[in-house]
Amino acid sequence: MNPKIETKKLNLFYGNFHSLMDISISIPAQSITAIIGPSGCGKSTLLRCFNRMNELIPEVKIEGQILLDGEDIHKPGTNLIRLRRRVGMVFQRPNPFPLSIAENITYGLRVHGTPEGQKPADIVEKSLRGTLLWDEVKDNLNGPALALSAEQQQRLCISRVLAIEPEILLMDEPCSALDPIATDHIEDLMRDLAQKYTIIIVTHNMQQASRVSSYSAFMLMGELIEFGRTSRIFKNPGDTRTESYISGRYG
Amino acid sequence: MRKDKLVAALLQAIALSALAGLMIITVFIFKEGLPLIFRTGLKDFFFSADWEPGKGNFGIMSMIIGSLAVTLGAMLIGGTLGLGMAIVLTQFCPPKLASLIKPTIELLAGIPSVVYGFMGVVTLVPIIRNYLGGPGLSVLAASIVLGIMVLPTVTSISIDALKAVPRSYWEGSVALGATRWQTTHMLMLKAARSGIVAAIILGMGRALGETMAVIMVAGNALEVPGSVLDPVRTLTSNIALEMGYASGEHREALFATGVTLFAVIMIFNTIALSFARRTIRQGRGQ
Repeated sequence: MNPKIETKKLNLFYGNFHSLMDISISIPAQSITAIIGPSGCGKSTLLRCFNRMNELIPEVKIEGQILLDGEDIHKPGTNLIRLRRRVGMVFQRPNPFPLSIAENITYGLRVHGTPEGQKPADIVEKSLRGTLLWDEVKDNLNGPALALSAEQQQRLCISRVLAIEPEILLMDEPCSALDPIATDHIEDLMRDLAQKYTIIIVTHNMQQASRVSSYSAFMLMGELIEFGRTSRIFKNPGDTRTESYISGRYG
Repeated sequence: MRKDKLVAALLQAIALSALAGLMIITVFIFKEGLPLIFRTGLKDFFFSADWEPGKGNFGIMSMIIGSLAVTLGAMLIGGTLGLGMAIVLTQFCPPKLASLIKPTIELLAGIPSVVYGFMGVVTLVPIIRNYLGGPGLSVLAASIVLGIMVLPTVTSISIDALKAVPRSYWEGSVALGATRWQTTHMLMLKAARSGIVAAIILGMGRALGETMAVIMVAGNALEVPGSVLDPVRTLTSNIALEMGYASGEHREALFATGVTLFAVIMIFNTIALSFARRTIRQGRGQ
């Protein structure tokens, strides 16, 4: 199995704080990988390494390698803009821009340019259909995105990323601001999207990880404790720390 | 408890007295100025450039144009610079440097206007006279001096507006691959739009109301300027220059000039406030 993205001995420091320790993980393509672990274990930090968002924070130092399709994303001369196009991100709180619904979708096209032979209007429709939002908003494409419900906003944010045709979707607790029904809808959507995209989701919700993911990584205090098929990790964890976290003994 | 009530009543009285002061000034200016405007006729007052108080001609058009020209010039210079600085300080410059530069710009507001005027006369006016022609005392000189004077207002309010934009917008944009500049002009400026408009309008109000520095560098000629190198007289300068020896109708006409100024600045401030309120509401995500 060819990994879509992998890290080799990845270390990350915030100033003097050693946040990620020797993380080596290979994430398979076209599947959902969940990163679980207690708050502060570094799971969001790891996620933000994949599209190099950590570099926006001052005093962050990164060592080790991250390979996307075998190519080091920290290599000098790497096109950061292209990297962030290939590796899209959905945030914990829905963050649609204070623009219209259509403008939110076309934002990425204005950054990267509209692919030849395609019309922005078609991409708007396709991206919104991709998250099943189209039928709800098609008559109001020029209405403000901020007027949508929280779930619709999160769908819009996913559509916004789909519009620039990424290969990987990073999701940082994408359902934590949503109610259970909306969470259910987004999870269905994720299973759908995993046919085409490689999805990495950070979640503190163990049920969610076991429901949607094919692979799970358990992290604790900056270390990757265990990584493998979700069914195996949850039924037959190889490490006692994984076992006690999953059975709810701490976290 | 009784003491509490006493203090509350006292504080209320103090608060109301500030309001009463404003009311009294407003009523007084309008009472002194309005009758003359109606006697002269709206057309002859606002749309005539004949200002000859001795002959009973009270047309303030050249001064209205003077004020507008100088204000517009000040905003072209100060508005552009101030917004530019706000963008650099919030989006591009390291936070530590920004926290050093912002108070420095705000310090500009503490310099007395007569000092700005003096600097203008001593340095700016000769440069304009020698290199661009004309008397030097001009629309251009006044615009540059006022442009610098409005910088602290425009910059610090624009900075606040840009800082009030939630960081999640910025992160979302950067994660989509946008550069800092794309994020700034495609998103941040739009999200902070109403606050920035408020900053510009408050700056305009300040430029329009400034008197001393303008008197010193604008030349104060009673004519409609033909170019930016011509001298002009503004509404505020007119009042300050002639108040000392005016009496009778002439004095009323100066109050009428004040009424005009008052109305324009009130309108500016009301617009600015309504924009500022909108920004605050947006900041709360409503």
